[in-house]
Amino acid sequence: MKLRNYAVLGLFVLVGCSGEPVNRTTGVYMLLDTSGTYADEIGKAQQIISYTLAQLEPGDSFALARIDTGSFSEKDIVAKVSLDTRPSTSNAQKRQFLARVQEFVESVRPSPYTDITGGLLQALEYLDEKDPGTKTILIFSDLKEDLKEGYVRDIDARFDNVRVVALNVTKLRSDNIDPRQYLDRLDAWRQRVEQSGGTWRVINDLDNLEKLLRT
Amino acid sequence: MMLGELFVIGDSPVFSVLIWGALFITFLYLSRAPARRLILSLSRLGYQALRLGAAATVQAGKRLEARNREVLLASGREAKERIIEREFERIGATVERDLSRYPEIQRTLAESIQRIEDDHQQTSDVPPEVPGWTKAVEAIAKVPAKADPSVRQVLEAIHGAVRKAQQQSLRAYRESSRERHRLLSRMMPEWRRIQNTLGEMLKAVTSLLERSRSIDRHMLEYRDIVQGTDRALTSLSASALVTFAISALVIGVAVGGAVINFSLIARPMAEMVGGTSYIGSFQTADIAALVIIMVEISMGLFLMESLRITRLFPVIAALPDRLRVRMIWITLTILTLLASVEAGLAYMRELLLQDELATTALLRGEDVAALAGETMWITTAAQMGMGFILPFALTFVAIPLESFIHSIRTVIGMLFAGILRTLAVTMRVLGNVIQQIGRFLVNLYDLVIFAPLWVELKWRQAIARRRQEDPPESGSYAANYGEVSL
Repeated sequence: MKLRNYAVLGLFVLVGCSGEPVNRTTGVYMLLDTSGTYADEIGKAQQIISYTLAQLEPGDSFALARIDTGSFSEKDIVAKVSLDTRPSTSNAQKRQFLARVQEFVESVRPSPYTDITGGLLQALEYLDEKDPGTKTILIFSDLKEDLKEGYVRDIDARFDNVRVVALNVTKLRSDNIDPRQYLDRLDAWRQRVEQSGGTWRVINDLDNLEKLLRT
Repeated sequence: MMLGELFVIGDSPVFSVLIWGALFITFLYLSRAPARRLILSLSRLGYQALRLGAAATVQAGKRLEARNREVLLASGREAKERIIEREFERIGATVERDLSRYPEIQRTLAESIQRIEDDHQQTSDVPPEVPGWTKAVEAIAKVPAKADPSVRQVLEAIHGAVRKAQQQSLRAYRESSRERHRLLSRMMPEWRRIQNTLGEMLKAVTSLLERSRSIDRHMLEYRDIVQGTDRALTSLSASALVTFAISALVIGVAVGGAVINFSLIARPMAEMVGGTSYIGSFQTADIAALVIIMVEISMGLFLMESLRITRLFPVIAALPDRLRVRMIWITLTILTLLASVEAGLAYMRELLLQDELATTALLRGEDVAALAGETMWITTAAQMGMGFILPFALTFVAIPLESFIHSIRTVIGMLFAGILRTLAVTMRVLGNVIQQIGRFLVNLYDLVIFAPLWVELKWRQAIARRRQEDPPESGSYAANYGEVSL
């Protein structure tokens, strides 16, 4: 009887010490630009996807979506996974995810327009729904938005507690002529994210991906 | 206006310093007596307080030492009682095993001796003597009257009869000798049996004598402990320190084993309880693995207690034998089950590791098949073996743990006694230092006001000289009230 009382007391102490449960999961949404010549860079994107998958732990979420003419759509999500809490199942899910990505890479077609904002809105929606402890949006694009006529993307989206990482932001031919265009483009995206409560980072050196999911 | 300018007298700062210095020294000179009293009383206060503190610390140290002494003697007495008790148990076992058969052995010996005696008696029977008349036969044969046929015939008949009788006697003699030899050879196994029996008895008695000598030695030590002699205390203190050091070392080794055990089962435990749940800032899987190891150690403790190898829980030691044996089997079964679970988890760990390596290789674009080696089963088997053996190995941590718990009381007591002694010495030294500082400050004070003191000395000397030359008249101020002392 005494032993049971002590056990219950110990349990209460443990639960009491734990306090508010901390959400330690990570949610990653990756936007993949498939417009024009950027579709040729998809091999590098695969490298980033593999790295991200290797970094994710059981319980984390990962979604890969393409950026095309109208990216604010679930149809643009190529693959998504919420890793199981059991490590073995989680590993199997990672392998399945990678297989789906491979299928996508083999069948991808370049899109005529680039709707980055729509993709970001979709990413925010996905991450809000999953509600992980750390939210990260990876944008694999040259960040040159090219909207089809009639598409409205002048929307004030909130990036509170969201890390936005722009990857492999290639320089366009026009950027080479006037580098200010490239710098202004980057700065405009940075301001947009940071003014909406998010954090912004650019990683162009893909051999140095350690900071990809690190705050 | 600056604050410093308030203290400037006239235009020259040097003049101001001199004036203020003179005023300050005059002030110090006038307040010399109360200042001296103040400094000395303060230093005395510090000295007395520290002396009192030191005395109180010494008293506390003495009380602690007395308590340590009691604890040490009590634990030594208990340990010695256990040893003596164990020796008596061994003597009891020896007596029960060897000496309880004493009546049987005695009967066997008596029977053997009786048989030997009988055989000996039989061998002592006089054998038929060899006929003594051989010479007579020879004499008859040599009788000269052989020529006479009748005499010759008679003599030959006598000779023949005598020869026949001689042969019969010789045969009987030989028969008798053979019988005696047979009886004597039959005595040999009896002698050997007696020798063996006596040898066994000697061994048992020697063992008993050795045990009794050991008990004598332990009893002497026990008497020393009961009387609380210094020799016993020194011996027990040294023993406690050695026990503490050795048990701490062994516990350290056991902790290492527990850590390895933990790493074996923590990862696969995530498969059972999930890898994302936390209790506080710790993963539930880690806590679950830790709990399993703790339960194993607890079971090991109970097993050792039930086997009466350790005595940490008097309740278990006092249980009836039947219940105790039942407890042994229960704890052993639980331990075996937990060890099997651990072996299974260790196997799962290896599988998970392989799976993870394969996934990582796939993500890196490497060849997955290259990872599978033919010798993988060795590490798997080794991990499983460790998972099964370590829980049983951890069982034995109960023995050093008991020694550690018993010796740590003594060691901590000795440590605190040492700290108190050091504290008392420090306080005494500090008290003396404060006293000396007070004296030093008084001397320093006098040094600062050396000029007025010198003037006073000269003035006193002048008065003394004048008094010697011209003694004061009766009724003068100095004669009535003495000198004015500052």
